Amino acid sequence: MSLKITSVLRKYTMAIALIVIVIFFQINTGGGILLPQNINNLISQNAYVFVLAAGMLLCILTGGNIDLACGSVVCFVGGIGAVIMQKNINVWVAVAIMMIGGLLVGIWQGFWIAYVKVPPFIATLAGMYAFRGLSNVIMQGYTIGISNTTFLNVFGGGSDCYIPDIFHGKDMNLTCLLVGLIAVTIYIIMVFRSRISAKRKQYEVQPLYTELIKVAIISVVVIWIFYKLANYKGLPTVLIWIALVLLVYTYITKNTRMGRYLYAVGGNEKATNLSGIDSRKVYFYAYINMGLMSGLAGILVAARAGLAQPTAGNCYEMDAIAACFIGGASAYGGEGSVFGIVIGALIMGVINQGMSIMGVNANYQTVVKGIVVLLAIIFDVLSNKKKK
Amino acid sequence: MGKVILEMKNITKTFPGVKALDNVNFQVEEGEIHALVGENGAGKSTLMNVLSGIYPHGTYEGDIIYNGEVCQFQKIKDSEKKGIVIIHQELALVPQMTIGENMFLGNERGTKNAINWNETYGEADKYLKMVGLSESSRVLVKDIGTGKQQLVEIAKALAKNAKLLILDEPTSSLNETDSRALLDLMLSFKKQGMTMIIITHKLNEVVYVADKITVVRDGSTVETLDCHENEVSEERIIKGMVGREITDRFPKRSGVEIGEVNMEVKDWTVFHPIYAERKVVDNVNFNVRKGEVVGIYGLMGAGRTELAMSIFGKSYGSTITGTMQLNGQTVNLKSPREAIDAKLAYVTEDRKGNGLVLGKSIRVNTSLANMKGVSQRGVIDTDQEYNVAVEYKNKLKTKTPTVEQSVGNLSGGNQQKVLLAKWMFTNPDILILDEPTRGIDVGAKYEIYCIINDLVAEGKSVVMISSELPEVIGMSDRIYIMNEGKFVGEMKASEATQENIMACIIQSTGGGDAA
Repeated sequence: MSLKITSVLRKYTMAIALIVIVIFFQINTGGGILLPQNINNLISQNAYVFVLAAGMLLCILTGGNIDLACGSVVCFVGGIGAVIMQKNINVWVAVAIMMIGGLLVGIWQGFWIAYVKVPPFIATLAGMYAFRGLSNVIMQGYTIGISNTTFLNVFGGGSDCYIPDIFHGKDMNLTCLLVGLIAVTIYIIMVFRSRISAKRKQYEVQPLYTELIKVAIISVVVIWIFYKLANYKGLPTVLIWIALVLLVYTYITKNTRMGRYLYAVGGNEKATNLSGIDSRKVYFYAYINMGLMSGLAGILVAARAGLAQPTAGNCYEMDAIAACFIGGASAYGGEGSVFGIVIGALIMGVINQGMSIMGVNANYQTVVKGIVVLLAIIFDVLSNKKKK
Repeated sequence: MGKVILEMKNITKTFPGVKALDNVNFQVEEGEIHALVGENGAGKSTLMNVLSGIYPHGTYEGDIIYNGEVCQFQKIKDSEKKGIVIIHQELALVPQMTIGENMFLGNERGTKNAINWNETYGEADKYLKMVGLSESSRVLVKDIGTGKQQLVEIAKALAKNAKLLILDEPTSSLNETDSRALLDLMLSFKKQGMTMIIITHKLNEVVYVADKITVVRDGSTVETLDCHENEVSEERIIKGMVGREITDRFPKRSGVEIGEVNMEVKDWTVFHPIYAERKVVDNVNFNVRKGEVVGIYGLMGAGRTELAMSIFGKSYGSTITGTMQLNGQTVNLKSPREAIDAKLAYVTEDRKGNGLVLGKSIRVNTSLANMKGVSQRGVIDTDQEYNVAVEYKNKLKTKTPTVEQSVGNLSGGNQQKVLLAKWMFTNPDILILDEPTRGIDVGAKYEIYCIINDLVAEGKSVVMISSELPEVIGMSDRIYIMNEGKFVGEMKASEATQENIMACIIQSTGGGDAA
């Protein structure tokens, strides 16, 4: 029994750390961190971290490989979009072009990494320079505004980037609350359906009380967040995109063959190859996904800022990498989860925002970020040592 | 008799949840070669780690008395200072450094701030001469073979002024000739008064070199046999190791009908992937019949693994020529995937390096080579995958609480079973098993043999590559003998003896260097 509790604690250490951090700031900001508006900002400001980290996770799974270029690609894609939207091209065509841009970057980098065996660090370092440069070329060094309101509203920029309330609630956004309730209901049904089917087939299941606690905590937190958002302006559109990305990538990593191959290549590439799996395709797949996510992040970042500029996306790749590692992805590959990166991204986001509200000097905020990354890894290394 | 140089008294070492050593008593006399034998996990290595200070004093109970004084080693350096030097199973050399640099790594010659290279290499050459290695100490370690690397390890130990040398599985990666040379070297050290402890699985080596044999079982020393009092046979040692008499090391196979030719390989030649002019496999012809166990015997480095991997979808070698027929059809398998689809399976000799994803569970490893078997349209059915893993766990009697256990935590024998399960799940007609019992204990070996018998009873064919003669003779229907890349003999198992197999090899060895 006591053994089980420690193993649960270990599994959810970072989630617990997140709760502790939130409580810390809740006290030190006099409740400011959990104001509806701040929760809304936390999501909107860190949207790119969730999206990029999802793509980055796939790369890291294949063996601790990272993509240094994705920050530059965010800028590059935003630049392309801003330039073509200036020319009054249909917004959806523009969005498609931006996503294709991200995809092509993924194919470009994936090809060199997977088929020519250029080390990912170097291939993407080259990309980091080249795409930053190309963004400058496209924008000719200037900032370009984006005025298309459809684009801004759909991708979480401007002042109307919220799902309109179809019920016209008086004090709060009822649609937002309803969406939260539906999401939680679906979640609960899925958990228990899979539990019942596992029980029926007499598989081992985790004890009922731990499952109940887990479901209860997640449900309460989700409903509570939606309640808070409902009390502000409602459901931000960007949250829909984040949720979509996280759901898709959870599914890919957990349920698909390709997802399994990512873990297998990171765990033992030779054995995977001899099992009839072409590891080159696996690398290629990972970097294509990274490219696509860079494209989407580029769209979200441009929409949020309402403009594209040559310095956009600077160091975003590092935020994504940090979110993965804080979230428990192994620097050697083969380990990590989407749930983990969500926690990782939230920890960084909360610390950033908490310190801003507390009025900590911005220079110190970066120092703290660095220390948090280090602490997370130290903790990971130590707890792994104990396991042995 | 000589005086007792080392005595380990009432040693007890516990890890969380496990008692690895339970009140062990162990005595070594000066100038003898003492063999420590036991199944995997019996506690041999733990005992030696206690002795050498890897587990510092205080983490275990009991006393170590060396040369009459009680020792409390805190770290490896402490025991090395006393002349107790351990050579680990995995070679601990840096490939990119020279022999001399490796030998004095952490023990550099010269002053505090500068290394004296002349002294380093001069000294190194001196020790190399002592171990009979005719290489310059300025050669890079990666440029010499594993046999020579093992000698470098020993020279390195000598350079530390070793008086008690502990060798942990020193021959596990050596071929027969190199192994014999190493054992002879040990015997010559003994003449000069060195005391040695050898841990090994190879009982013929134990019988060859040991003066005394201590058997460890389940964390306790069971008995110490004196080889000079009366002849100790391998069977006698096995009896001590497993605690019962094993009457037959190889299970009988009866009533398996050998059918028509299943696989035929003709004029198969493979070149080295890097040194493209070097033939690794030279014009090999062989065939396998349904329901047959074909043994391929050869020393390590004979090209057996290279042959198997080149057949298995060209996963080894550069230019490969020759033809291959499966069930009368000529096939050209270009990747492991195509080989698997052609119902071929290759179970690697290197289960940790090439076989298993150690950090992942038994379930994940079992399905890895046949993911289509547990998924629809790219989506994995985890329930089905779980069922498959459990089915094979029961069938092969894999010892584990659950199939969610990560493979890295299993013993060698159980890992081998998971690897077999993975390939059996691809439903092959022909299984190539490369050293299927390497590094696993006697009990598990027997179980693997039973699995092989079950496989051929189902009408599958098994090609078993092995460098253990008794195993090849005991398990095969037909034996091919391989040497220096060529097949140099073929015989029925009923006609094979250790003598005539070795004779084939000796006759065919064309004056290559025997280092």
